[in-house]
Amino acid sequence: MDHAPEPRAPSRFTRQSKGPHLLVTHTQQRSYLCSVGNSPELPVLKAAMLDFAHPMANAAYTPEAETRPACTNCVPRHPLLVRITHWVFALSFLGLLVSGIAIIRVHPHFYWGEAGNIGTPAFFSLPIRTVTGSMSGRGRHLHFESAWFAILSGLVYAVSGVFSRYFQRQLIPSREQLSWHSVRGCVRDHLTLTRQRSADSYNVLQRLAYLGVVFILFPLTILSGFAMSPSITSVFPSIVIGFGGQQSARTIHFFLSIFLSLFLAAHVLMICLFGFAQRMQSIILGRPSASKDLR
Amino acid sequence: MSQVVTRRKLITSGLAGAAGVAGLAVAARIANTYGLIPPGRGGIWGIGETLTYASQRILMSHHSLAREFSPSETSRFVPVNGPAPKTDPYQRHLFTNFKDWRLIVDGLVARPASFSLAELKRMPASTQITHQACEQGWSFIAQWSGVPLSYVLNLVGISTRARYVVFWPFDDFWNSLDLPDAFHPQTLLAYNLNGNDLSADHGAPLRARVARQLGYKSVKYLTRITVVDDIRKVGDGTGSRTPSAGFSWYAGI
Repeated sequence: MDHAPEPRAPSRFTRQSKGPHLLVTHTQQRSYLCSVGNSPELPVLKAAMLDFAHPMANAAYTPEAETRPACTNCVPRHPLLVRITHWVFALSFLGLLVSGIAIIRVHPHFYWGEAGNIGTPAFFSLPIRTVTGSMSGRGRHLHFESAWFAILSGLVYAVSGVFSRYFQRQLIPSREQLSWHSVRGCVRDHLTLTRQRSADSYNVLQRLAYLGVVFILFPLTILSGFAMSPSITSVFPSIVIGFGGQQSARTIHFFLSIFLSLFLAAHVLMICLFGFAQRMQSIILGRPSASKDLR
Repeated sequence: MSQVVTRRKLITSGLAGAAGVAGLAVAARIANTYGLIPPGRGGIWGIGETLTYASQRILMSHHSLAREFSPSETSRFVPVNGPAPKTDPYQRHLFTNFKDWRLIVDGLVARPASFSLAELKRMPASTQITHQACEQGWSFIAQWSGVPLSYVLNLVGISTRARYVVFWPFDDFWNSLDLPDAFHPQTLLAYNLNGNDLSADHGAPLRARVARQLGYKSVKYLTRITVVDDIRKVGDGTGSRTPSAGFSWYAGI
């Protein structure tokens, strides 16, 4: 950070769009993303404490930060609550994935409708050997325990995200971003592996992907899991009826987990491509190291 | 300025943390008093099992009914998971068509009794067409007929101290139910599957049918039912054979 301080008039946001909703106020600048450029000297510990004080608020705000230049390619800055829920969720998702595989290996056949077993035609079968034994029991213990931690941390994240207007500010794309021109440009940038022109904020494809995962894929995965529970469906039969039967729900649950795994793969790939070390610092400590020049 | 805020926040968060720990301890005691902690293993999996069992017992009606189906929806094939016991008492009963077999009902009951198959069949019967899923993932829909467990329990008169009903089969896979599931209207002592007497592989002469839980709670080859107040005094204390095989005691999922 050796350039001279300058008034921070032309924001990176405005380059992308001239829409009034994207004109960045100082308040917005201090939100989740990209606020590292505002306060690079804030000690990590102090920042973490301030985060804890105002988990979803504008934690790193200092008056002098306004005069600092914005970085040209920022790494997101994450409040403590987001960091905690991210890692609890990440571990839980790993547990769900591993235990899901263990459960499937006991009966790698999938059916459509209410009921299905070895004596009825399968919708499809995975080309893997059936494994019997206690793996299924351990797998189920891990699966349901991980599901509890995943749902609880996901709920904390979603509820606090709604109240802090995080989803509204950072994830719901603007009308400008949803325009054909903008979407086409973003797709073209991805296809040609061109560096995003405004990496400070989530681009339209990222926004849609995250919204889809948080508000469609995960709720559907949880519901299709509930649809397999004989006790839950005795209270809410519409859950299992909505999926077209208990075995259909199991099959849909499997496909949803495939989609979520693909999203995870893309998520990790993107982090590796765009600066693994800094983004790991950001999601663990809350901010990337200030000493390094940001890529 | 920011330091003042930080210190205040530190004190409040410290107090909040202490209150949280105290709250957890109180919650654990209350949960234990009201029977919200399931039998079975403690340890690391106890967290998830307790959360599942307690939340379902608190949030859900004790007598919510599992879905019932029409006869046309019954599965053409009813799989068998594990064959009938090859051991002597069971094979002898099978050979004599369960003529001398009796179901013993004992424990914390006012009138301990035993019932022959014919006596059980003369009791008020209940028929259901329900879905049963195995923990492995497969399932079937079948019609079951039998006497509601609640009828038999009321006949012998259970003590006010009773908390669990233990199923003892001819094989090793003993299990137990809490009172909400034992007195659930769809919980049967079933002797009939799809219009026929139970075959040996499906649990002859009598098996439990627990509609709101996975198949392994529907114990086959019943020989004795015991009503107890403390499940830890029964067998290895885990409430069923299944925890040692890796499966949770509560299987409503």
